[in-house]
Amino acid sequence: MKTIILATAALAVSASFAMADAHGKTIRMGTEGAYPPYNFINDAGEVDGFERELGDELCLRAELTCEWVKNDWDSIIPNLVSSNYDTIMAGMSITDERDEVIDFTQDYFPPTASAYVAAADGIDVTEAIVAAQTATIQAGYIAESGATLVEFATPEETVAAVRNGEADAVFADRDYLVPLVEASGGELMFVGEEVALGGGIGMGLRESDTELKEKFDAVITEMKADGTLNTMLKKWFGDDTTTY
Amino acid sequence: MFSYCTDPSTLGGLTWLSCFLTTGVHLSFYMSFLKVLALLAITAPVALAFGFFGAMAARASFVPVSWLGKGYIAVVRGVPDIAFFLFFVIALDQLFEYVRHRAFCPDWDQPVRQGNDFIVCQAAKLPLGNAPVWIHETYSFGLAVITFAIVFGAFAANVLFGAMRAVPRAQLETGEAYGMSQRQTFWRILVPQMWVYALPGLSNLWMVLIKATPLLFLLGIEDIVYWARELGGTKTPQFTQYPHGDWRMWYFLALLIFYLLMTKVSETLLGRLMARLTRGQATSGGEAQRKAA
Repeated sequence: MKTIILATAALAVSASFAMADAHGKTIRMGTEGAYPPYNFINDAGEVDGFERELGDELCLRAELTCEWVKNDWDSIIPNLVSSNYDTIMAGMSITDERDEVIDFTQDYFPPTASAYVAAADGIDVTEAIVAAQTATIQAGYIAESGATLVEFATPEETVAAVRNGEADAVFADRDYLVPLVEASGGELMFVGEEVALGGGIGMGLRESDTELKEKFDAVITEMKADGTLNTMLKKWFGDDTTTY
Repeated sequence: MFSYCTDPSTLGGLTWLSCFLTTGVHLSFYMSFLKVLALLAITAPVALAFGFFGAMAARASFVPVSWLGKGYIAVVRGVPDIAFFLFFVIALDQLFEYVRHRAFCPDWDQPVRQGNDFIVCQAAKLPLGNAPVWIHETYSFGLAVITFAIVFGAFAANVLFGAMRAVPRAQLETGEAYGMSQRQTFWRILVPQMWVYALPGLSNLWMVLIKATPLLFLLGIEDIVYWARELGGTKTPQFTQYPHGDWRMWYFLALLIFYLLMTKVSETLLGRLMARLTRGQATSGGEAQRKAA
């Protein structure tokens, strides 16, 4: 019995090496899965959204085998640098702080407008209590804006805080808020000015992974040039969204 | 899942609910209950073993071993769980990969640490980079079991250390009087009698362990609390066939019932175990049993 198990194991190992030779290594794509329309879990329990569609297309063009991995937002960068997956596509804005720890490809989503959403009109967003997700550029902005910042671990909780009155407004990527405001039936509304933050959204990679970065940069350029990226942006974010 | 579920927006009431509760995500939610139960079933005995060896080491007469045991108990009990789960697991994973890296790729000329990055050769990756998803999940599940076992083992070691000292000295002296060696006294007299003193402390640990499972998501394992938060969150019609508002309360209510049931079952079983262990013991409980019989 033991020898059979060993033999099967050996066979499985050699088979997986053979596979490795044929297809190269599998690129593991880390994401959060909680930030529609960028990334979310669909009814079937799979990762879905703009970044899923874009990521699959990028892998196809770069001739890479890719698979998706879900990870908590808080530990998404530590697990990347520890090589538990190879890329981050999680609506992550390119900022100087993050760029010191990891590398980014060129942006695949133009610098985003962030917006305030509140449950009532006429809120002064510079003095109100504003909810934002921990460790995001929005949280950093609110902390310096003079408003009182309350942080939450997930995007969902930031919006729930406005609904139950814990916060006066929520500050997040406009594209995340639009479907929520539309579906709320007048309960939620945009207030204040929109703010342009960050250097666009890019794919995060390890700093030492220059080869992979070049590959993805090349295919992103290609998709920007032939207009497929714009089509995808319009599909997920509506016709009014900023395109390349 | 059912054939009538193709267009849920036309359905209502119970038919809609039956479709909603059998979507792929919900099946993953139900699976995560099994995952948590499996984790508890595997971790509890492993942690107990860690605890037993920790306690044995702590009371060893050879001083370095005793320091090792006491050090393990003190350090792990002192470090906050969340720090342990965030950093220790990544470190443990890196340690395994580093050892494999040295063994499998002796000719590798690049450094393993490049700035923030930890890079080992492809053959040393755990699991291998092209392994199927279930292997990755089993591996992180294994890491979770080890981490939980180390953390809870330290607490169990402290409980068992105390229990070993609670066994009346007269019992051990009697063993020695019969000419038993130290080893024989330990295994034949001390160990069978200590459980009754250890059980209250161990049952506390078991209850805490049941409630500590949400830490699993820090390790990338989707546990019941993660799914309850994910499924209960607001779903807008653009991204799902089953839009709904903030239903987290209902999902967490289901978790509450699950945890209460776990508590009830545990209490019943632990009560029976206590009665069994008390039999014939020189404790007030054992005395009461003897009189009642």
